[in-house]
Amino acid sequence: MNSFRGFVIKEFKQIYRDTRTLVVLFGMPVLMLLIFGFAIRNEVNNAKVGVLDLAKDEVSSVIIQKVSSSKAFQIDAYLTSYDEVESIFRKGDIKEIIVFEKDFTRNLTRKGNASIQIITDATDPNLANIVQTYTKAIIGDYVQELNANIKPDVGIKTRTKMMYNEELASVNLFVPGLIAVILMLVSALMTSISITKEKEMGNMEILLVSPLKPSHIIIGKVLPYLVLSIVNVFTILILSKFIFGVPFVGSYLLFFAESILFIVTALSLGVFISSVANNQQTAMMVSLVVLLLPTILLSGFIFPVESMPFPLQVISNIIPAKWFLVIVRGIMLKGSGILIIWKETAILIGITLVFMTLSLKNFKVRLQ
Amino acid sequence: MAKVQLHNISKSFGNVQAVRDVTLEVNSGELYGFIGPDGAGKTTLFRILTTLLIPDEGSCTVLGLDVVKDYKKIRPKLGYMPGRFSLYQDLTVEENMQFFASVFNTTIEENYDLVKPIYSQLEPFKNRFAGNLSGGMKQKLALSCALIHKPELLLLDEPTTGVDAVSRKEFWEMLAMLKNEGITIVVSTPYMDEAEKCDRVALIDKGKILRVDTPENIISSFEKTLYGIKHPSKYTLIMALREYPYADSVQPFGEFVHYTDQRHEFPVQDLLEFLTSKNLTDAEIRPIFANIEDVFMELMEAQTNE
Amino acid sequence: MSNYAIETDKLTKIFGEFTAVDEITINVKKGEIFGFLGANGAGKTTAMKMLTGLLTPTSGKALVSGYDVYTHSESIKKNIGYMSQKFSLYDDLTPEENIRFYGGIYGLDGQQLSKKRKELIQSLELEEVRKKLVGSLPLGWKQKLAFAISIIHDPSIVFLDEPTGGVDPTTRRQFWERIYQVAEKGVTVFVTTHYMDEAEYCDTVSIMVDGKIEAMDSPKNLKETFKTDSIEDIFIRLARAAKRGDR
Repeated sequence: MNSFRGFVIKEFKQIYRDTRTLVVLFGMPVLMLLIFGFAIRNEVNNAKVGVLDLAKDEVSSVIIQKVSSSKAFQIDAYLTSYDEVESIFRKGDIKEIIVFEKDFTRNLTRKGNASIQIITDATDPNLANIVQTYTKAIIGDYVQELNANIKPDVGIKTRTKMMYNEELASVNLFVPGLIAVILMLVSALMTSISITKEKEMGNMEILLVSPLKPSHIIIGKVLPYLVLSIVNVFTILILSKFIFGVPFVGSYLLFFAESILFIVTALSLGVFISSVANNQQTAMMVSLVVLLLPTILLSGFIFPVESMPFPLQVISNIIPAKWFLVIVRGIMLKGSGILIIWKETAILIGITLVFMTLSLKNFKVRLQ
Repeated sequence: MAKVQLHNISKSFGNVQAVRDVTLEVNSGELYGFIGPDGAGKTTLFRILTTLLIPDEGSCTVLGLDVVKDYKKIRPKLGYMPGRFSLYQDLTVEENMQFFASVFNTTIEENYDLVKPIYSQLEPFKNRFAGNLSGGMKQKLALSCALIHKPELLLLDEPTTGVDAVSRKEFWEMLAMLKNEGITIVVSTPYMDEAEKCDRVALIDKGKILRVDTPENIISSFEKTLYGIKHPSKYTLIMALREYPYADSVQPFGEFVHYTDQRHEFPVQDLLEFLTSKNLTDAEIRPIFANIEDVFMELMEAQTNE
Repeated sequence: MSNYAIETDKLTKIFGEFTAVDEITINVKKGEIFGFLGANGAGKTTAMKMLTGLLTPTSGKALVSGYDVYTHSESIKKNIGYMSQKFSLYDDLTPEENIRFYGGIYGLDGQQLSKKRKELIQSLELEEVRKKLVGSLPLGWKQKLAFAISIIHDPSIVFLDEPTGGVDPTTRRQFWERIYQVAEKGVTVFVTTHYMDEAEYCDTVSIMVDGKIEAMDSPKNLKETFKTDSIEDIFIRLARAAKRGDR
């Protein structure tokens, strides 16, 4: 094992001497976390809304009052007629207009139902959804109150509650995904570059004409990045817990075990890319396009998989990060144990084995 | 037993035929040179010998083993120095040595005696990063790393290219010393004068072997009578000689122009008069011995005329 | 007007604590072939960079083509030709495209360029390969093309940095004949090389050791001074004494 040990030592030395890359590899996760945590929020605060109250009666006034006093909203326009709706939206500031029909309260008490129209500016669909949801929640809450007083035995009562992430805090959404993205970035990108760099520099020739086995070379290249990635996981967890207050409900042990699994998955993908790429540029491009981009866009990191068109949902199944996100969100926010996430774990193990085998088979023992 | 045997080896890359029908043998303990310019096929041959490339045609054995089937057994026994500098620029001199020693499952101490004459020159710089060494020092380091596991066969692909004359001379002195230790060495070089330091050489151009023999035999194989002509106005001399109706080959060689005549024996006086008529008075003409470069050019021309 | 294409006086370059070039004084006559020899690490490349306007000296004077290297480095760059070790042609362009590109960089206008292009293709015998990518050409052809391009703007001085590396002996000599032709037309040629026999082709040879010029004279005079008949001998003698141990 002497040759393997010597090889691993060399790899570690080369990496920690490259200070520039080290700064990026350790600093970037912190930077990304801070940016996502502080700058990007999906919550809504002080969204500007308008009100068209054609009823001007008790119920409509109360609802308007509730909307106005909610943190999420700021009533900026009081419309007088329907004709103003279009022009108000055009101006762009107002995100939503709540319309109360004439005789609102009378219809509610006499007929048992009345309608409120919620018109939302959907140019930003995400925001529109959230604003609408908040509005409906406020209205829904009040309606329940009313029912309790006026008609105690009205049919089905609906209650809504947000489980596990009551404030819908976006940082709780991002942190698990961020872990996946960073691990994918470091492991896959750096490994793919590292191996092709040997090829490019001509060093691979000497390594091949030696007792070193291809498996030794691969593992030796991969080991330092495994260590690096584990450090990164620690960093992100600590930061997210103490700066952002992201909850961690489940088992830390299970979490680290699954993280290591995902790192190995990412590494095996990186190795695979480098076994087919001939130079660093190609390796980098392929890593970015085939690994990083899908991880960010299709894994459920920001955009829910369920909202995607069917073909993309199918594709997302082969993206390792998708399964890892289920696992990590499960452990962090729901406290899931291995019995719940075994399926996703098995899938990750499967992907890893496939790519490891392919890499070893593809590893060129000759120059052609 | 021959350490290296190549039989009818051919290899192409796409449309380019890198080597064509190469047959040669290297015997135990020989210092053997592949001599030829860039593009001759030297590196391709080396890569076939080190089992990094598979030939399209022909067979090749190294240390008695087949390069295609037994590559795993061959590789640990070779000491290889590829054409492009292949040591780690971001490791120190000593770290490079330690790395290569460990890769071959040995230590620097184990074979220190063998590399000492070379490595001792590097030791004052053992903590310097390999990337900061000069060309000559890098070559010495690469040689030390290739030797550290006491290989049976040393394969050096253009170790002296781009290095100054002094370092080149020293490098060949080191090779001679290694040969005395019984190591078989195959070296390639584009510098014709280095051919004379080998036991035997293969002259290669455009993928084909022009000749294989000892340097002495090659030199004496020069077919024509060679003359050296000297005159202070070098360029005018060359132009004038080219105009001489009986001129066969006219090649500048530093101070002298190497000249062969089309006729079997030619009247030197006649040429002198011709030169004087061209305002080149008091030119010096004398018969000289050919060197490897003369023969190489003669063979190259014969090839083109085929 | 000075008779010298290049004149330096105690030209020096210091990097931190390291004196790469130590007070060199060289004079290159107009139209001569000047061989600039030295071991690796002797300071040749640094010296050349100062003379070609790429590096500002630490001290000392230097005039290239009459221009001061401190104040007129841009003018120097416009008036010299330069051919580097790796030939600096674009492998993925054709010879014509390379000519057009470099001609443009050196300031040739459309008409001049067109004329030059046709001239060069013809004199270099590149008609058959005009449309082929330079990367696919044999080394000798690349070399002659690179040389022709380096003088496309008719400079008065051309710097050649180890131009004959790796090519076969015949091509090497053909290249030197081109150098001779160019020198005949009055162009000053400043060339570095590792081939000792090529030193003999020069009018003046200088040998640099440890940042200093240890010898500078015609090959004939050098051989008389050092009582030997080979420049290689002189070179080895001087370079071996070098204190810069990193050889």
